[in-house]
Amino acid sequence: MNEPRPRIAVLVFPGSNDDRDALWALGAFDADAVPVWHADPDLPAGVAGVVLPGGFSYGDYLRSGAIARFSPAMRAVRAFADDGGLVLGICNGFQILCEAGLLPGVLRPNTGLTFVCGDVPVRVERSDTPFTRRCAVGDELIIPVKHGEGCFTYPTDRLQELEGQIVLRYGRSDNPNGSTDDIAGIVNAAGNVMGLMPHPEHAVDPLLGSGDGALVLASLVESASERALAVA
Amino acid sequence: MKATVLVRPKTGILDPQGQAVGSSLRDLGFSVHEARVGRLIDLDVDAASADDARAELERMCESLLANPLVESYEIELAGTGR
Repeated sequence: MNEPRPRIAVLVFPGSNDDRDALWALGAFDADAVPVWHADPDLPAGVAGVVLPGGFSYGDYLRSGAIARFSPAMRAVRAFADDGGLVLGICNGFQILCEAGLLPGVLRPNTGLTFVCGDVPVRVERSDTPFTRRCAVGDELIIPVKHGEGCFTYPTDRLQELEGQIVLRYGRSDNPNGSTDDIAGIVNAAGNVMGLMPHPEHAVDPLLGSGDGALVLASLVESASERALAVA
Repeated sequence: MKATVLVRPKTGILDPQGQAVGSSLRDLGFSVHEARVGRLIDLDVDAASADDARAELERMCESLLANPLVESYEIELAGTGR
């Protein structure tokens, strides 16, 4: 196993607050995780993956995630994604990807009117994505959520458009935010961009409650590593 | 040219904020069946004509001010009686 440590960029927006957890967790799975300030117009050389972390970029002004897409770094991320690059958006990162049009749908305020914070079980619906290859379909992962606007919304009469793109679902009885079709995480049609509301970077050590998030991040690092190898 | 854009959650889209406002008003004793909360954006734009301004504002709404998937918008131009 002499695979190169894949370089994974973690974007930092004004108001991001999970960027350091993401950097630490990715580093723990042997990625060369590097922070990238939102004003940087370019991603670092050799980047094999990008993570958009959780937080409240730009104070959630207008709509959560709506302003971040104008960051110079996001132009680079869009070009990277259009090229097939791996992009994972967590929580606010998911909101940003939806607002940027890189993922379908939008995250609306939770239907229960409250901020939700706690571990939730999510079911793996696809294990053939670069982000879930370490999982098996049907696996139940315990990963924490913490958000006020995590209700994934898509017109119910157009749900068939998302066929095959749903990667993670909440249990029907423990959907924490009222998401359409219990959707917790989706990929784009090409399968190289994923967004999810639960925080895998907060669930990488059983000491802190659950290590299940490791499966998602380790999948990303492994996929990025292969791609880095293919390019080298 | 002054304009006001009103952004609303589309009919059928659940509006938890509106529900909270509605139930708070009922707590105060008001007879309110439903409240929906949107957003109002006042703008001052450069445009050669009202038609130009309206076209420009529509583009602003589609690209940023509203999320067309879940929100509708209405544009009011000052001095044109909408």
